[in-house]
Amino acid sequence: MSTKQEYEGPILECRNLSISYFTRAGEIPAVVDFNLTLEQGGSVGLVGESGCGKSTVAMAIMQYMGSNGGIVGGQVIYKGRDLATCSEEELRQLRGNEISMVYQEPMASLNPSMTLGTQLMEVPLCHEEITEKEAYDRAVQILADVNLPDPERVMASYPHQISGGQQQRVVIAMALLSNPSLLLLDEPTTALDVTVEAGIVELIGEIAKKFNTSMIYISHNLGLILATCDRVNVMYSGVVVESGSVEEVFDHMRHPYTKGLFSCIPLPGTDKLAHPLVPIRGQLPLPHERPSGCYFGPRCDFFEAGRCDQAMERGTTPMHEVTGRAGHTVRCERWSEIDWESYKPEGVVAHPSERGHEVLSIDNMRKYYELTDNSIGAMISGKRVRYVKANESISFKAHECETIAIVGESGCGKSTFAKVLMGLETATDGDVMFNGKDVAELPVQNRSPEQVGSMQMVFQNPFDTLNPSHSVGAQLARVIRKFGVESDPVKIENRVMELLDLVKLPRDFARRRPRQLSGGQKQRVGIARAFAGNPAMVVADEPVSALDVSVQAAITGLLMDIQHTYRTTLLFISHDLSLVRYLADRVVVMYLGQIMEQGTTDEVFAPPYHPYTEALLSAVPIADTSIQKKRIILEGNLPSVMSPPKGCPFNTRCPRKIGDICETQVPPFAEDHPGHIIMCHIPMADLRAVDPVIVQVDKDKSAAE
Amino acid sequence: MLIFLVRRLGTMVLTMLVVSLLLFLLLEINVASVAIKVLGPYSSDEQRQLWLEANGYLEPFYVRYFTWLGNFIVGDFGSSIRFKVPVGDILWPRLGSTGILGLATMMVVVPLSLGLGVLAGMKEGSKLDRTISVGSIVTTSVPEFASAVLLSAVFVFYLDLLPGTSSMTDGFSLVQLSLPVMVLVLYDFGYVTRMTRASMSEVMMTHYIRTAVLKGLPYKTVIMRHALRNALIAPFTVIMLQINWLLSGVIVVEFFFAYKGFGALLLEASLNQDIFLIEACAMVAVFVAVATQTLADVGYTYLNPRIRFA
Amino acid sequence: MTDAVAGLPPRESKVIKYLKGMALIRESVVGMIGLGLIVFWVVMALLADLLAPFPPNATLYPLAMPGQFVEGMGTFWLGTDHLGRDILSRIMHGSRAVLIFAPLATFCAYVVGIPMGLAAGYRRGMTDAVLSFVANVILSFPVLVLYIIIIATIGASAVNIVIAVTFASAPGIFRIVRGLVLDLRSREYVFAAETRGESPWRIMLVEILPNARGPLIVDACLRVGYVIITIGVLGFLGLGLPPPDPDWGGMINETRQMAMSFPHMTIFPCIAISSLVLGFNLLADGLREVSLRD
Ligand SMILES: Nc1ncnc2c1ncn2[C@@H]1O[C@H](COP(=O)(O)OP(=O)(O)OP(=O)(O)O)[C@@H](O)[C@H]1O
Ligand code: SF4
Ligand code: SF4
Ligand SMILES: [Mg+2]
Repeated sequence: MSTKQEYEGPILECRNLSISYFTRAGEIPAVVDFNLTLEQGGSVGLVGESGCGKSTVAMAIMQYMGSNGGIVGGQVIYKGRDLATCSEEELRQLRGNEISMVYQEPMASLNPSMTLGTQLMEVPLCHEEITEKEAYDRAVQILADVNLPDPERVMASYPHQISGGQQQRVVIAMALLSNPSLLLLDEPTTALDVTVEAGIVELIGEIAKKFNTSMIYISHNLGLILATCDRVNVMYSGVVVESGSVEEVFDHMRHPYTKGLFSCIPLPGTDKLAHPLVPIRGQLPLPHERPSGCYFGPRCDFFEAGRCDQAMERGTTPMHEVTGRAGHTVRCERWSEIDWESYKPEGVVAHPSERGHEVLSIDNMRKYYELTDNSIGAMISGKRVRYVKANESISFKAHECETIAIVGESGCGKSTFAKVLMGLETATDGDVMFNGKDVAELPVQNRSPEQVGSMQMVFQNPFDTLNPSHSVGAQLARVIRKFGVESDPVKIENRVMELLDLVKLPRDFARRRPRQLSGGQKQRVGIARAFAGNPAMVVADEPVSALDVSVQAAITGLLMDIQHTYRTTLLFISHDLSLVRYLADRVVVMYLGQIMEQGTTDEVFAPPYHPYTEALLSAVPIADTSIQKKRIILEGNLPSVMSPPKGCPFNTRCPRKIGDICETQVPPFAEDHPGHIIMCHIPMADLRAVDPVIVQVDKDKSAAE
Repeated sequence: MLIFLVRRLGTMVLTMLVVSLLLFLLLEINVASVAIKVLGPYSSDEQRQLWLEANGYLEPFYVRYFTWLGNFIVGDFGSSIRFKVPVGDILWPRLGSTGILGLATMMVVVPLSLGLGVLAGMKEGSKLDRTISVGSIVTTSVPEFASAVLLSAVFVFYLDLLPGTSSMTDGFSLVQLSLPVMVLVLYDFGYVTRMTRASMSEVMMTHYIRTAVLKGLPYKTVIMRHALRNALIAPFTVIMLQINWLLSGVIVVEFFFAYKGFGALLLEASLNQDIFLIEACAMVAVFVAVATQTLADVGYTYLNPRIRFA
Repeated sequence: MTDAVAGLPPRESKVIKYLKGMALIRESVVGMIGLGLIVFWVVMALLADLLAPFPPNATLYPLAMPGQFVEGMGTFWLGTDHLGRDILSRIMHGSRAVLIFAPLATFCAYVVGIPMGLAAGYRRGMTDAVLSFVANVILSFPVLVLYIIIIATIGASAVNIVIAVTFASAPGIFRIVRGLVLDLRSREYVFAAETRGESPWRIMLVEILPNARGPLIVDACLRVGYVIITIGVLGFLGLGLPPPDPDWGGMINETRQMAMSFPHMTIFPCIAISSLVLGFNLLADGLREVSLRD
């Protein structure tokens, strides 16, 4: 480490950096006029929606642009050195040694056929004069530093042998091995579960303190930026639109896009009736179709023709200093004129839901998967059967026009549950009463078209939800015919048009192929498809989690709106607690196939909590400086459903475990209020006694009063 | 791993059994035609009947099959009708000659195509890549008999460098081996090259290669240590399966160059309806194919830690 | 009826859409060369009667060298064979057999292989285990061994060659289709079709198969090329189409004894067959390249 030169002054500067990709369609300007200064020990966040150029900036800093990318203007200056002038060999010595990087998908970033130890030891071995032994010791030490249990074992493992969260810790360890001056983190937690994410975020915070490393943290999640950075650059369509300290940008934002972004995310202060979400209209422009002047123009409520769309010297509106606010810059011509006080944009219309009769009643439903080896070899050697308890004792009810949220991390059995409801799997045990009929053991083929049509699904992945080979119209028409809504071709065509109107898509989309649609538009078609048969109940499996924030709000709003119009029951499966709090009437929290807690939204989000709910709530990143959270970091990994813990399923990670009873006995379903059920051994009185996880400290008010 | 091995071997044995049953059905279900093939078209009915009786052909079908199978397993393949000697006596030497031919071919194909494939896949879309790719497409488009003709025209007719036949009547001769090997290499290397290239270029685009580069490893280390290890898993399987293909190519080449090998023997047996010889040859060919396939599978699992330590 | 709905552009016919998709091949030089070679041979086959200078089976003037002019007959551009037949005319006429039977046999193999692959990949379980095992058994024969045994047993004729090719290639197609289906079956649109109670065959044929067409078209091109080789090899081994009608492999077989003295008799059919196979292989490569682009 003594090899590293001492340097006073900013670690990294990007000056008017412009980066383009060169494709068959021509030059794609991915990033334009990017400026950034990173001081020693500082941390800068890059936040923005997908495709805005965040990763491109990171790769440019690394000077690793792939075969078709290139820096077309400006400079990247690292410790006073222009990286463009460095030779390949000089760059090699910087990479991994001075500047290192953590990536979005830990599994993909690690070589599957080398042990983690080898991959770790390589770094010091190639950058320093050091023996194998020293490298090994260093690697073990750093693994311990990133809080990995049993570093020696990790060293000898292959990447697939450890969990996703552990893999990401290894990647972080690898990045820290040479004690770099600059650490780039590109969405390091996006592929992880919230409770695991919370652990990694905390680790990143510790690292910054302990190693005094400067960081660039890339994320699409404003909450994570708040948790990790002191400065933030908000990017939109290849440019930074607003830059400043985290407090400045979060509390006194000036750019209409930043403002819009914050209005799109469900913060604890939002409420679907009083303070609804406000989606940003329109969609992100493609890089080669950006408007002249301000790139945000077509979507901006303050757009002024002749001023905002004026072609500029640098291609877009220049950055302006916000007067009186040091270091706060904004790329808007009208920043000083906009009166935010009187700006009251119309939010997504929401209506209070009056719940009606009971639509769905699930009683003690179980779904066990039998794992059998079907290969001919296994048949000869005798069958080997194992049970996977995907769903265990599920009981709850849903009423007409009600929104029930099912919350839980990956592998908690949410999707299995949806499959049983839809009849793609049959329940192993228990009842599923839908509109008064038991459908638990009724596979979809044996359900009447009317039954099938009255329970439909909206799927998660917009890029997968529509068949790329058929036009949008044809796919909707098929559903209409299949459910027996209409049979006459003209009427079907008309119904398709109605459905497109319903989801606010232009009618000529009927002729389009899915690949000509954006993610949000595809998801709208997916919603139209689900509502084609006038369903009594719609199961939405993470319908917005793959979408950009600004689109999420619009889709959520649309879904709620249609649901209200048709008085549909909505089962909303999600891992996003903020969103759930915003739109659900009742919440069901699941862990390893079992319901840990259920109740109305207010009941679940306030004490008494189930210990798991409490941990989940504290793990959710919240983009609001006035929120204070209790910090609860869960230890360990999610156990596998193949071998769930005995007793309480949560006992391996529970921070409030009360003793052996948790490991031996399945906890009872304790009822706080009627309908608010918690499955835990801790006495209800003790559970009631905890403080709320999330508290709003009203800074402005307390200052004023 | 052990369970996997046992299962794989079980499948292999089962495949061989089914193949043997198929062959037996195809060639010996019709007893009368067996007699005609053995005794010739001009034999009398009584002769045929006598022969059938003497050789146990009047037993029920399954008894005959199991007797045949039993004999087969202990290495008694019956007698060749055409050569009038036990099948084993001609089969094994011929197989040896073909083994030499195959080995020589593989010794050229493997390093050549792995090398070219890796070079091409290292930088997808580069000039070198395009050249190698198109080159390998062109060579795989020329069937063995065509390249045999073309190469002999060049080396035998115009240049007069090499002999046009490889019957090796005066013992083993490297010169006579070279044309057949060239033909086989020319046809086979393209496919392996392309598979290696595909595997390599896929690996080069993975995130872990990016990680390795951004760790600051020298390019050579990235290629040698990170890329090759993963990129060569798929070609290993391809090479093993290529042995199956080679058996086809060998027939044409041996026929063309009058090389006294296994392929020519099989062809001769088929053309002459020498059923016992066909059976033996086919079973040997299938055994080689199935055995290499099994090896390929086992090797694949062994090379791939994701499966090995599942 | 469709135009009754206001404000919609007229619907494009399916044929035009496919042609537009195919037109993308223009962007690949390699693909265009391949297409050119194929078109060249198709034109030859179609117009052989008009273009060929001589009748293909007529005995004219034995052992003429390429380009040799014979009084009263004309020029034998590629020479004649030992029976005095014009090689150029025979090659031109011979392209017909190849261009009819190779695609036909490939098509038959697809007709057998696709449904089996769909069923195995979609239903998995026992169906898959049984079908895969059968496929593995057939694939464990070295291809040519399989062909020789089949043809030697059932006899050499055009129909039998189609049968043999179908039998030997269907398992390979089965494997490819199965692999594609295994991948596609987990897509959400398939899931959506299941949740609305579509029948399995409809899901396989309407929801899954169309999305597998890209790789299958590429594979089909490669396979036609390979079947051409196979037909050639069989002809070369004397197991091809019965004489005297011209067949490229057969022409090589008939004349290879004289190849050392008269190489032209064998070389030209070799070049013909290689160029046609090359055409299909290049086209496949071009198609793959284009399809990977978006
Ligand atoms: N190799 C490439 N070739 C062409 N265009 C590219 C390439 N990589 C990225 N782009 C384009 O450049 C723009 C910026 O991409 P980039 O990956 O930097 O965005 P991002 O902000 O990191 O998005 P995400 O949140 O999805 O990771 C996008 O419009 C993208 O389509
Ligand atoms: S410059 Fe104009 S269009 Fe752009 S953000 Fe500001 S007000 Fe809106
Ligand atoms: S039962 Fe025990 S382990 Fe389970 S949540 Fe309650 S305290 Fe924790
Ligand atoms: Mg990115």
